[in-house]
Amino acid sequence: MFLAKVYVTLKKSVLDPQGVTVKHALDSLGYRQVNDVRLGKYMEIKINSDDRQKAEVLLKEMCGKLLINPVIEEFRYDLEQK
Amino acid sequence: MKFGVVVFPGSNCDHDCYYVLNDVMKVKTDYIWHKQDEISGYDCIVLPGGFSYGDYLRTGAIARFSPVMKSLIEYAEKGGLVIGICNGFQILLESGLLPGAMLRNESLSFVCRDVRLNVENSRVPFTSCCKKGEILEIPVAHGEGNYYADEKTIKMLEDGGRVVFRYCGRDGKASKEANPNGSINDIAGICNEKGNVLGMMPHPERCSEKILGSADGKKIFNSIISHLTR
Repeated sequence: MFLAKVYVTLKKSVLDPQGVTVKHALDSLGYRQVNDVRLGKYMEIKINSDDRQKAEVLLKEMCGKLLINPVIEEFRYDLEQK
Repeated sequence: MKFGVVVFPGSNCDHDCYYVLNDVMKVKTDYIWHKQDEISGYDCIVLPGGFSYGDYLRTGAIARFSPVMKSLIEYAEKGGLVIGICNGFQILLESGLLPGAMLRNESLSFVCRDVRLNVENSRVPFTSCCKKGEILEIPVAHGEGNYYADEKTIKMLEDGGRVVFRYCGRDGKASKEANPNGSINDIAGICNEKGNVLGMMPHPERCSEKILGSADGKKIFNSIISHLTR
């Protein structure tokens, strides 16, 4: 069994209105050091497989088909054997 | 002539579309449940607004894999007319029938109000009864209508005359104030290359009778019917 932790964020070239709003809120709280905020999604996916390579292929396929929208989003992941 | 209105779990403008087509426009209309894997005998398919699958993951992302979609994509590729309204537009983007994606509205608020649209392309079946430059007043109601595509795609849409509707002011000119969601180039509706698939954020089915404040939406349904009877 593998546990995939998938982090989805908007591409750098895409304006993130939520991130901008959160940054403004941090600014107003006095955190002047904050340069940029980007919000994203976090997913945990358990994959029934004992083969890391196969699990990775499956995960990438699922991301490409459904989990992310490549027009606006990008992803990275950690894969842990359980 | 027969219209079909696809119903996904969470669609909520399906009845309005059905009512306008069947009762106001007097054309035969069927509901098509999303589990139906074959659609045939239709002249135009409507993907209505709403919150299919609760907008889980991304708007339209799950609906795109409903059984009906495979058949709908084949139907569209053969030249069948498809109009996606609001969530229907989002589903068309996720399915790849139209390019681009939707982002959260720039304001982060759900926007529900009347907007004005400049009809920039009156050569497609959906605007065949409109004049180029005509202004339509139609309501929007969405949280994610901030249309986005990369520069190359936007150029392709603009150069190809595929921006069918653009948010505009009383004077017909696009402006930041007239745009309810921050969409690139004030885009409100686009079509595919062949012009048989249209996606639009505003809701023509909500303004197809004078008693509702505007009957401008009827011009779109009229256009489709007139195109089909020609």
